[in-house]
Amino acid sequence: MASVGKIARRTFLIGAAAVAGGVAVGYYYYRKPFPNPLEADLGEGEATFNPYVKIGADNTITIVAPRAEMGQGISTTLAVMVAEELDVGLDRVKVEHGPASYAYYNAAILEEGGPFAFFDESMTAQAVRSGLGVVGKFLALQGTGGSASTRDGFDKMRQAGAAARQMLIAAAAQKLGVAATDLETADGSILHKASGKSLTYGAVAAAAAAMVLPAEVRLKDRADWKLLGKPQKRIDMLAKVTGAPIFGIDVRLPDMLYGTVKMSPRFWSRPVKADLSRAEKMPGVIKIVPLETNYGHGFGIIAENTWAAFKAAEVIDAQWSDPEYPLSSAAISDVLKQALGTKGSVMRDNGDVDSAFADAPRERIVEADYTVPYLAHATMEPMNATAQLRDGALDIWCGNQAPTLVRQLCANAVGIEQDRITVHTTFMGGGFGRRVEVDYALCAALMAKETGGRPIKVTWTREEDMRHDAYRPAAIGKFQARLGDDGMPVAVDMKMASPSVIAGMLRRLFPSISPLGPDKTIVDGAYDQPYTIPNYRVSGVAAPVSIPVGSWRSVGSSVNGFFHEGFMDEIAAAGKVDPVEMRKTLMAAYPSAVKVVEKVAAMAKWGEALPAGKAKGMAFTLSFGSWVGEIVQVADTPAGIRIEKVWIAADVGTALDPGIIEAQLISAAIYGLSAAMGQEITFADGVVEQSNFHDFDAMRIFQCPVFEVAVLENFHKMGGVGEVGTPPAAPALANAIFALTGKRIRTLPLSKEVAFA
Amino acid sequence: MRLTVDGQSFDIDADPDMPLLWALRDLIGKTGPKFGCGIAACGACTVHVDGQPVRSCSLPVGQVSGAVTTIEGIGTAGRLHPVQQAWLEEQVAQCGYCQAGQIMSAVALLDEVADPSDADIDNAMGGNLCRCGTYPRIRSAIKKAAALKTAGL
Repeated sequence: MASVGKIARRTFLIGAAAVAGGVAVGYYYYRKPFPNPLEADLGEGEATFNPYVKIGADNTITIVAPRAEMGQGISTTLAVMVAEELDVGLDRVKVEHGPASYAYYNAAILEEGGPFAFFDESMTAQAVRSGLGVVGKFLALQGTGGSASTRDGFDKMRQAGAAARQMLIAAAAQKLGVAATDLETADGSILHKASGKSLTYGAVAAAAAAMVLPAEVRLKDRADWKLLGKPQKRIDMLAKVTGAPIFGIDVRLPDMLYGTVKMSPRFWSRPVKADLSRAEKMPGVIKIVPLETNYGHGFGIIAENTWAAFKAAEVIDAQWSDPEYPLSSAAISDVLKQALGTKGSVMRDNGDVDSAFADAPRERIVEADYTVPYLAHATMEPMNATAQLRDGALDIWCGNQAPTLVRQLCANAVGIEQDRITVHTTFMGGGFGRRVEVDYALCAALMAKETGGRPIKVTWTREEDMRHDAYRPAAIGKFQARLGDDGMPVAVDMKMASPSVIAGMLRRLFPSISPLGPDKTIVDGAYDQPYTIPNYRVSGVAAPVSIPVGSWRSVGSSVNGFFHEGFMDEIAAAGKVDPVEMRKTLMAAYPSAVKVVEKVAAMAKWGEALPAGKAKGMAFTLSFGSWVGEIVQVADTPAGIRIEKVWIAADVGTALDPGIIEAQLISAAIYGLSAAMGQEITFADGVVEQSNFHDFDAMRIFQCPVFEVAVLENFHKMGGVGEVGTPPAAPALANAIFALTGKRIRTLPLSKEVAFA
Repeated sequence: MRLTVDGQSFDIDADPDMPLLWALRDLIGKTGPKFGCGIAACGACTVHVDGQPVRSCSLPVGQVSGAVTTIEGIGTAGRLHPVQQAWLEEQVAQCGYCQAGQIMSAVALLDEVADPSDADIDNAMGGNLCRCGTYPRIRSAIKKAAALKTAGL
């Protein structure tokens, strides 16, 4: 891994911000707390203890879970952290997302942004990690992503609950005239056993909130947890089975108008000629306005209903300027190949790779070229936002993964101060990284300037959504290995080229910051894997293609999980070594990894003979702090290849809700399998060729395999959950297809080579 | 134009070509059925017309003559339909956006087949896309709902 000297000289990119040479943020700033945003908006008789807890005089307990719920169950798990320490059941509390506020910054989202593998616990790695956490606070990014929410919340939300409980006990002790140590809490009340007296939290909330914050907060031992560590009923489930209006697209306001957008089908292009007359005359159309945002140019259609807006958008007749990027998928591929031929940034360099290959006999060399396409997020809920601009103040309602960014960019776009903007974050009909972007909010905010103060809900068509994403970038990789006498690899050289996600996000979200240094996401999932190979080099090159690219569930690991683990399977096949045994040997220095591999192999009965026409493939990826092994079993059927069964073993360090974790691992695996089976975004004439679910589909229920999941807790640090099941899914499937058919497929989607049942 | 939705009658002024989905969402205010694709490819908009599941995003409102039932008409928070109850017990939903459509397809399936096989479930639910991959729990919930319904719960 990187040495101290290299770090001092190197600049590197983290999350969505560039930091030169590490960290330069004052300790004082880091320590200084942000104001509590709940103080501004308390109800009658309501008291707040910190940004996470409010208690009313009627004993209504409200917990703020300030991370976006996109299906991953985070609102439940964060609320449980507070409830556990506050000593109340989940059914006793109300959970809110809360306002957009810097108080809710996510430190963990950036902590793994340095050039270190998760298992690297050298002093340098730890120092940079905690430094980057400080940067997280400095940027005050209230974001949901990087599978970071539970890791970020685990200490601070439990502390918030515990501190509030201690203050409530102290206030009750004063009121009852007894010692605090003689008081107990249960279910929202404080009891004095000796006298039988009790007070509700609400009865002492106002007095408690006025007390000095405790100097020391004691957290429960894990053995005393009543809620954490056990599957909980999700707080959002009832609303979701009754069709309650909880999504951005469900917002309804008095006197509301409806709209849609027609943005340039070529990214960044401007309209050179536009005839709006036909569209303007369509029934129900009120007005068509030009739109110009950090994301590109186009038109907003304001109408009496969504359908009228959709119909009008179809007949807008515009010509768009020539794009600044290559027009076709073939031309983009040429740029990637060219980039791969240039000098890359080396992110892992063990031993002496060049010497190891210099004298290698031809028969000991394994070589392979890998390719993956651009991918859309295709959330079930198309992009949308509702906005109202009245008296110089903007209200905006939308599902989003970064409310402080929505506020900041809408302020710039509309030309008002941030404190004149209220962001109402709704539940999201899927996020997967798409709703880190704010284009849908910017369009609605700009259109709200044109409605004379009336609110407007702006809904994109699926076609507009599919063709205006911040895509998972295409990538190519070149791989080489030298095998030893025993068939095990003694040297590997891996190099990949891809457009930079970080550069793409900076252009849209922080246009004033220019990218510095290499983009670590290009090599994530390849340079940071727990394998020991004496000569091991991984380098990455950013390819200059400016089609918008962004965070797609597991980001770089979605690419490199496939590359790295496909190639590992090739090495095993060439060396005539069992792929599971090979991994166990190469991972010997990382016991958590070995245990995951052993577990998933045992679950799948790896090594036992299968009937003819069936085969298994295995893959492993460490990402977002969790160690995940997956085995896929496929069968040859007359209708094509059927994915029969998937086994997943994941070491997440500490499992806070096993039920939600299981659901997330399966979800992420299906997301990865869907992409591997058939998804790709291609370009012709600078325009995305796919438009809807008929040509960008995902796994259906009749294709869904049976899953078996084991959640392990061996590693001493907590890992993320929302994304970690995705990276090993594609390579495990491709490796299974190799085992079944002998065909090594190195280009996704697999449907280019095989049919799926 | 007159439309019966969830047992209530509505007078609406709509272009007969407007898909039923947008009449429900924008004109009547029933936001339970969701917009996902507009081409009957994802099932998020599934409602019943005279008990039959239809993709409301692709059905012109002018062609609707029967009674429309949406997710909001099959049960309420205090009195759930057995399928909703099973969904709750199996903790099916993740983002939840497709689930109104999934539930409406499942209700129609169970109205037709009391004890559906895996193949019945595959056939009836294949048009309902879920990007969160809740399929394994959907399958379990349908089987649980069948049992709940048979037991008269």
